[in-house]
Amino acid sequence: MNKLSASAKVYLTIVFIVLYAPIFYLIFYSFNSGGSMNNFESFTLEHYQAVFEDSRLLVILINTVIVALLSALISTIIGTLGAIGIVTVKDSKMRNTLLSLNNVLIVSPDVIIGASFLILFTMVGIKLGFASVLLAHVAFSVPIVVLMVLPKLLEMNKSLIDAALDLGATKKDIMMRVILPYIQPGIFAGFFLALTYSLDDFAVTFFVTGNGFSTLSVEIYSMARAGISLTVNAISGLVFFVTVLVVVGYYFVTSRKSKRMEGQR
Amino acid sequence: MQTKTSKSALFPYVLWIAFFVIAPIALIVYYSLLDLHGNFTLDNYKAFFTSVYLKMTLSSFWYAFLITFFTLLISYPTAYFLTKTKHKQLWLLLIIIPSWINLLLKTYAFIGIFGLYGPINAFIEVFGFDPKQMLFTDISFVFVSVYIFIPFMILPIFNSLDRLNPTLIYASRDLGASAFTTFRRVVLPLTMDGVKSGIQVVFIPALSLFMITRLIAGNRVITLGTAIEQQFLVTQNWGMGSTIAVFLILFMVIIMLITGQKDKGGRVR
Amino acid sequence: MKSLIQATITILVVSALLFYAADALSAGGGKSGKNTLTIFNWGEYIDPDLLKQFEKETGIHVIYETFDSNEAMMTKIQQGGTAYDIAVPSEYMIEKMKEENLLIPLDKTKIPNFKNIDPYFLDLPFDDDNKYSVPYFWGTVGIVYNPSLVGDLDFSSWDDLWDPSLKRKVFLVDGAREVIGMGLNSLGHSLNSLENQELREATDKLITLAPNVKAIIGDEITPLMINNEAAVALTWSGQAADMMYENEELDFAVPDEGSNLWFDNMVIPKTSKNIDGAHAFINFMLSAESGAQNADFVGYSTPNIAAMDLMDEEVVSDERYYPSEEQRDTLEVYKNLGPDYLGKYNELFLEFKMSIR
Repeated sequence: MNKLSASAKVYLTIVFIVLYAPIFYLIFYSFNSGGSMNNFESFTLEHYQAVFEDSRLLVILINTVIVALLSALISTIIGTLGAIGIVTVKDSKMRNTLLSLNNVLIVSPDVIIGASFLILFTMVGIKLGFASVLLAHVAFSVPIVVLMVLPKLLEMNKSLIDAALDLGATKKDIMMRVILPYIQPGIFAGFFLALTYSLDDFAVTFFVTGNGFSTLSVEIYSMARAGISLTVNAISGLVFFVTVLVVVGYYFVTSRKSKRMEGQR
Repeated sequence: MQTKTSKSALFPYVLWIAFFVIAPIALIVYYSLLDLHGNFTLDNYKAFFTSVYLKMTLSSFWYAFLITFFTLLISYPTAYFLTKTKHKQLWLLLIIIPSWINLLLKTYAFIGIFGLYGPINAFIEVFGFDPKQMLFTDISFVFVSVYIFIPFMILPIFNSLDRLNPTLIYASRDLGASAFTTFRRVVLPLTMDGVKSGIQVVFIPALSLFMITRLIAGNRVITLGTAIEQQFLVTQNWGMGSTIAVFLILFMVIIMLITGQKDKGGRVR
Repeated sequence: MKSLIQATITILVVSALLFYAADALSAGGGKSGKNTLTIFNWGEYIDPDLLKQFEKETGIHVIYETFDSNEAMMTKIQQGGTAYDIAVPSEYMIEKMKEENLLIPLDKTKIPNFKNIDPYFLDLPFDDDNKYSVPYFWGTVGIVYNPSLVGDLDFSSWDDLWDPSLKRKVFLVDGAREVIGMGLNSLGHSLNSLENQELREATDKLITLAPNVKAIIGDEITPLMINNEAAVALTWSGQAADMMYENEELDFAVPDEGSNLWFDNMVIPKTSKNIDGAHAFINFMLSAESGAQNADFVGYSTPNIAAMDLMDEEVVSDERYYPSEEQRDTLEVYKNLGPDYLGKYNELFLEFKMSIR
């Protein structure tokens, strides 16, 4: 693999700086003894202390993470299976119809999705709370997974499957040993973007939640009128650092493992 | 061939479509036929063809186009360079992580950063320039929107670049093609599926952006998404809101038909 | 394939652990009791200590949920699904909720502290005899400005906003009622006008304001004004108070031609399953001590006279937050316009928005 040129490095650095600038900005102000995201007065840890004293906020944070993880997982499974199914549809009209239906939820503004899900759930009699929020998040995350997995499936070399069939592989083998490993990057991409959708969503969650169940986004948006407290900045800062630690740590642990295995090849 | 297993794989997906796509569409179409007093009417559809909404449609498309264009312009090289880094999977994850922090908070941070007394203007002033008004301009609006969509574009492109067989590139170069020709004739066509997928996940939601139009553009940009939001939450005219949504869905279908994959089944290369 | 299974298992294990953690955390709040009260309010709009105090005094467990707009709140209550016992809508929404039969009449005998409310704020047109609602906070719509950036304008008249020196220096709040209402007021009309002619005139006048408008925004107006991003902003007095608290240069004025008087009110929605608890809560919030503590925390104007005696003299005598009766008489409460005129106001507002380019 060829090395990165200096200009490529500069380019990537700029992209990363821009991506992280607002996050560092809001973490910076989480240490502000003044009450808001402007006019830094002096350094304090009081907002972090407030996070740990506010058990309601902590429960909300945990709920947010659970919903995000589970909804991303379930929607990844449904979406991946869906994408595999879509490619096998031979009729191109049918395929385009499926894909258009797939994208309806992406193009619909959140308020519409939220309001119509609320009507649906109350009609069917699903109790508003954890279950309804999880269902809704699964629902609006499925399309993004399909769109991430699809290109990998399309570029997959069909002769790969034919070869496997010739070698006497069963259908299950083909699925497990040929298709899934090949489209794996698409599956992970879908999963991570489903996480993004779930963590960012405010409007849909607001409509379908109830009975005391809440997520961080709903809390933050409803704070806007009277001013968002810096406790939220502090909690976001904590979440950010934990996430980075987990991701980096996990990456190095697994890559060492796989390197050891690769060494045997 | 393997159709049977794959057809049963479609089952949960089709169930999802029936319950979470077809049913809401039916509701939306139903509401779009109601006026403020709950009577059946086609007036909402008539109202959409007035200059106000047509203008809004045009501006939605224009901004969605700008946003998609710049997102692609920035994401393609980023994805390309990322595939060449040492810990590429890690770097890719680090591109996604910022999108997990709440959007409203990040937008507030941008308001601070772009502000007259924010860090950017402070930086400009060091060089002796006057502070610039950056908030509430088209540029800041497109910038923040691009910021939001970058991970959605990078991921599919990265995935299609990543599996690209490097021998193809060597072969092309050996045959005397310039770097540019190699890119245009070999790399780009082979990553087209990823690019298409990226364009879809950026352009389609960009049509219905709403919060940023107020926070960053100060309502100087008004999109169909904003209009729907207003109709549902302020005017409480669900009929008109649903009508605009019906048109959004129609536009999306048209886009899908234009960018749709024409060939059948798994591709043979 | 192995890594896919591994990832799935990891996610499931982590989720299970988190479930356990959330359960342990909320168990500390005493969730076991059946006696609960669900409150639906704006975010950061109550002193959380008061909720704890109420739980301690009554043994009722409080579930606190938040919303960010009146209309969204009403949709949730209309659809049911959650047993909200208390909600805090603005006055025009109460009229609407009454029409839709979403409210339960109050039993005043269970709210002895009702006497603490200033009679001036009782028996208003949106709720005769306060059959359904009790005022929570109130305020006006006016102009926040930075005196050092606007020359000698003092905004005693709405027309000051049209001053040519304010080119691209004005923020407006993103509300059709507020902005069209301001246009109507500046022409001496009622901000509840149902006269098409007057509405047209007001919109035409507003369109001439376009060059001065820097942006039409929502709640983010607060941090922007604190940072002096614009010289002038049309906003609610409550938010103005927040701004002035952070940026002492700012001042607030309600023009003489009149403006809006708004209320947020406590009501008991039809969804309530703990009507006695809801009354107990309203009574608790209306006590002098709670009222004062809450007003100190939120920073909005309280309608509770008894509470005002316990508050900082400097705050309650400040006419910007607690206008004199003479000034109050120029103010008007929003009436429910009905769906047709509400649509009309929003249409005109949209027309005005599109003229800003």
